[in-house]
Amino acid sequence: MAPSGEPTELSASSISDDILSRMPRASGRYMAAIGFFGAVVAWALFAWGYQIQNGFGNTGLRRPVYWGFYIVNFVFWIGISHAGTLISAILRLTGAGWRKPVTRAAEAITVFCLMIGGLFPLIHIGRVWYFYWMIPYPNERLLWPNFRSPLFWDLTAILTYLTGSLIYLYLPLIPDLAEIAGRSSGKKQRIYRALSLGWTGSDRQWQALERAMKLMAMAILAIAVSVHSVVAYDFSMSIAPTWHSTIFAPYFVVGAIFSGIAALVLVMAALRKLMGLEEYLREEHFVNLGKLLMLMSLLWLYFTFSEHLTTWYGNLPYEMQVFNLREQGFFGIVFWTMVACNFAIPFVLLGVSRLRSIATISISGATVLIGMWLERFLIVVPTLSRPALPAAWGNYAPSWIELSITAGTFAAMALLYLLFVKAFPIIAIWEYDETIPAR
Amino acid sequence: MAEGKRNPEEDGSEHVPQWAMAIDLDRCTGCEACVVACSAENNVPTAGQEQAAMGRAKHWIRIDRYYEGEFPNIKVKYRPVLCQHCDNAPCEPVCPVYATYQNAEGLNVQIYNRCIGTRYCANNCPYTVRFFDWFAPEWDGPLDLQLNPDVSIRPAGVVEKCTFCAHRIKRAKLDADAEDRDLADGDVQPACVQSCPAEAMVFGDMSDSHSKVSKKIESGRSEQLLSELGTKPRVYYLRKAD
Repeated sequence: MAPSGEPTELSASSISDDILSRMPRASGRYMAAIGFFGAVVAWALFAWGYQIQNGFGNTGLRRPVYWGFYIVNFVFWIGISHAGTLISAILRLTGAGWRKPVTRAAEAITVFCLMIGGLFPLIHIGRVWYFYWMIPYPNERLLWPNFRSPLFWDLTAILTYLTGSLIYLYLPLIPDLAEIAGRSSGKKQRIYRALSLGWTGSDRQWQALERAMKLMAMAILAIAVSVHSVVAYDFSMSIAPTWHSTIFAPYFVVGAIFSGIAALVLVMAALRKLMGLEEYLREEHFVNLGKLLMLMSLLWLYFTFSEHLTTWYGNLPYEMQVFNLREQGFFGIVFWTMVACNFAIPFVLLGVSRLRSIATISISGATVLIGMWLERFLIVVPTLSRPALPAAWGNYAPSWIELSITAGTFAAMALLYLLFVKAFPIIAIWEYDETIPAR
Repeated sequence: MAEGKRNPEEDGSEHVPQWAMAIDLDRCTGCEACVVACSAENNVPTAGQEQAAMGRAKHWIRIDRYYEGEFPNIKVKYRPVLCQHCDNAPCEPVCPVYATYQNAEGLNVQIYNRCIGTRYCANNCPYTVRFFDWFAPEWDGPLDLQLNPDVSIRPAGVVEKCTFCAHRIKRAKLDADAEDRDLADGDVQPACVQSCPAEAMVFGDMSDSHSKVSKKIESGRSEQLLSELGTKPRVYYLRKAD
């Protein structure tokens, strides 16, 4: 593995110039993209408003499938959020030199995915205007939330993770914000100066920043693992057939990191292409992430195999009702598509060294994202379709509302990212500066 | 001793009844009178044809049908299924806002005002007897003219279910208090029990060993639905041993 990722022909100061010059201008193409994604997000917000105004019955949810696309999307987005912070924290703590152009892109994914994923519990509940009843706040009737409920753990975990990852995104931004402030004037300079919190680049400040980043990296690792464990507990604490599984927490964490890396690869490929970052985001970065993706794919396969083998071998009637539904008919097609997307395709594309390229690694990232979405769908819907008593069996198909909101979240991700790369350098400039004393 | 209120215990404390139901499956004809009575009594809204076909109909009590044998020698068995008011209810701990809990008399109560509609309880109920209010309640005329003033109307976005006719329990207690007497066995009759033409259902205090429901439970013919899950239901089903 190459010790460093910086383009050899450029000096530190010219790297700053180069990266800053690549931040997108408000060109026609940029504004058109903002307009397009903004319109899709606005449509999704309209759909949500329609659902609140005219009743939850406008969704495709029905008894007994009380959880549907919203919970699938919730788990999916919270899962992807592990891209970021977790990967960047691991690479920072292990001092992997090739992390330099990757970390900020990853950290931004985390924050945006959490913002999007964290909305789904609100979209999902029947009376969203009372969502704050889940928060323990002092009130005259001395009412508390139920600390035994996994949904309350969820709220706690996600808010902690969002706070932590915001700080973790912000800390390494500070020197770059000061750099931008130093190069601009007027209102822009005042804004960036204020955001850089009085950064001057003194030795003391560098040491404090390094310490803070290291501390946050360690904290965020623990938080990230706990967050997706808690998301898994939403299912495994219940007694619904096949949800009540002891390995769900690690299974979900592995799936989350898996889909997170896939998302990171895709975002990096897009940035490289659209912002012309070929010199920074080079093949070695994709190959390294591709290797990680391959490892997670195998781990995912191992967990999926264990989960299904034990269910099938145990042969408990209520569990087999779900198992049979999941492996046959419509869900059977979904199941094998998932296996192809999460294992077969990436295994070939990443495993055969002749095939390994930026394009094939990006394709693997895309199939893994599809596969992991399907995995969550297969966990949520078949179980609820087959409750213990056959008289209550049922089915689910989403309505235009769930489909619009799902599409809207992908557009929201693109929109937030577009705005972010316009306002902030997507590659941490200071990481390339070797004159920084603490490094 | 406390004044003659509600079956005082020996130490003078007030007797807390433990409500339970026994349903004799050998008597049930599957006529669904209980379903109709329950919907009328509890202001359960009608869903309409289209919504009902989609799975949005609400029946706090339903009749499950089971077919035994091969065609043409088929025997149909019926089982009325309502909230089992479990002592160890899976729906209770998962609610993030404490909208459902077991009260001192063994009722699994649902607080509509507190419910925010996560539907976690409904997922975790192995009997699938919890219903979500997809829309604000509506009734096809003239059903809208017969609403029961003792039962609250549920707003859109909350979960509702069988209450064991908690309002009738309350009424029976008030009547007994007014007449300065103890609650007697049979004073409380949920709508389903009252309307059953085959008298297949019995409701009462299972902590009173002389009550009809206790005798049914102790008859040796009783079983609980999905008892292997350890939910400890308060509804007992009676049938001849196979």
